[in-house]
Amino acid sequence: MLSISEIFEIFGHTFMMRAMVVGLLVSLCAALLGVNLVLKRYAMIGTGLSHVGFAVMAIAGIIDVAPLTLSLPVVMVTAFILLRLNDSNKINGDSAVALISTSGIAVGVIVVALTTGINLHICNVMFGSIFAMTQADMYFSVVLSIVVIGLFVLFYKQLFAVTYDENFAKATGVKVEIYKSLLAILTAVTVVLGMRMMGALLIASLTLFPALSAMRICKRFLSVVIAAAIIGVVCFFIGMMFSVALDIPPGATVVGVNLIVFMVFSGISLVIRGGTK
Amino acid sequence: MAIITCKQAAFAYDGITVIDGLNFEVNNGDYLCIVGENGSGKSTLMKGILGLMRPKSGEITMNEGLLSTQIGYLPQQNSAQKNFPASVTEVVLSGRLNSRGILPFYSKADRKIAHDNMEKLGILPLRKKSFRELSGGQQQRVLLGRALCATKNALLLDEPAAGLDPLVTRELYGTIKSLSADMGITIIMISHDIQAAVEYASHILHLKNKQLFFGTTEDYTQTKTGKLFLGAAEENDVIN
Ligand SMILES: Nc1ncnc2c1ncn2[C@@H]1O[C@H](COP(=O)(O)OP(=O)(O)OP(=O)(O)O)[C@@H](O)[C@H]1O
Ligand SMILES: [Mg+2]
Repeated sequence: MLSISEIFEIFGHTFMMRAMVVGLLVSLCAALLGVNLVLKRYAMIGTGLSHVGFAVMAIAGIIDVAPLTLSLPVVMVTAFILLRLNDSNKINGDSAVALISTSGIAVGVIVVALTTGINLHICNVMFGSIFAMTQADMYFSVVLSIVVIGLFVLFYKQLFAVTYDENFAKATGVKVEIYKSLLAILTAVTVVLGMRMMGALLIASLTLFPALSAMRICKRFLSVVIAAAIIGVVCFFIGMMFSVALDIPPGATVVGVNLIVFMVFSGISLVIRGGTK
Repeated sequence: MAIITCKQAAFAYDGITVIDGLNFEVNNGDYLCIVGENGSGKSTLMKGILGLMRPKSGEITMNEGLLSTQIGYLPQQNSAQKNFPASVTEVVLSGRLNSRGILPFYSKADRKIAHDNMEKLGILPLRKKSFRELSGGQQQRVLLGRALCATKNALLLDEPAAGLDPLVTRELYGTIKSLSADMGITIIMISHDIQAAVEYASHILHLKNKQLFFGTTEDYTQTKTGKLFLGAAEENDVIN
């Protein structure tokens, strides 16, 4: 356990500043997109993407390319495939997504075990590390997250319409496939950007928790989106404090804080509902 | 001018044909009522017109005069999820999306149209409420509001009066009539209220897994099918 002044000292370091900037933006992206993912029942897509991302990172390690340059396109393509699978009711779409997801982990672990072996580095990839960001990574991440947030705001009403009632949107001439793909691509970008800091196993839950917590207390779509954004960012800050103070991987502490917030909000909503009866 | 043409069209679910032999035309400004008993394929046909389902054979085309972005639609079953957090305003306003297109956010004019439609349907006091907390009839009115917001050229309604009280039903028929008469909007409506159908509609399409009748309302009331169906409805009214 570190003292307060020691924690502040760590936050003054460059690597920590980078981690904070990227983490903050990624948390915001994840929270915003998460509302649509949860409500559209695409929750598994985020998980699938991050697990496939893990495999790609492991492979990028051996063939020696920058992890982001390889994982971004591969995960984006995966997003399209998962979207199709999730939407097809012919085969069990959700099972297929789950299979791809766990296969991603398996491939990643096999590749790592055969090459470098299971070491600290691989633990960092799975559970996140604040040391993951280079300066170039940071600029890249900042630009991409701003693009993600910008597109989300710009196409907010389309994303709402497609999430709320896809059939109506389609019947009234809205190009639903385009906006569903947009949602999947933005999620892919967010997952890839956040994966190394928050961990391949944990990044997906950062899309789910803020939205689920917000839905406990908000009844309008816009308020859910705003509340989720605030929850995502606040939980990230608190989680980072704990991560540094207790020397725990950041992904784990941020998810832990999110879990507590979710339980508190669930409790509040139970009290409110019980009270109105 | 025909804006919807249906030629020898048939629809099927999982290879099993539920309706075939569809041959009809809808002209700009028509008021078409689709009638027929439960399971006769009315909703299926409407989905076909809207492009939500492809015909198994034959063809159904929307002609140049009609763009899907100018259509309002009220589904029979709300395909949205039960627990979705959305306010009445958000739902109604989403009907403006097709005319707003790619431009970001909704304009003042869009909000005004949504506001006016909510007023017309008597749901203005509910506008800040959560959609999922409304009664069935209130929800139906909200979805009607959304359909009206999306309507520029044509309005397709699948049993719009289901769940509405008699007063609101009559007002609704009045609203639809004035959309048709004053603004020249094409109406296609599925209805079990055969009396109202022959009172308001210019054309009737009677289905029973095939096309039993298509033509003007006047002609329909002279045919055996029409007389039977109208008579059956009257008998029911007497019994009720
Ligand atoms: N999703 C579906 N999958 C399989 N069969 C379906 C589906 N929807 C409808 N059907 C079948 O197609 C037939 C026509 O259904 P449709 O919904 O078009 O009837 P309808 O005329 O609208 O009836 P109602 O008056 O009850 O609304 C029915 O026999 C029904 O069982
Ligand atoms: Mg029907």
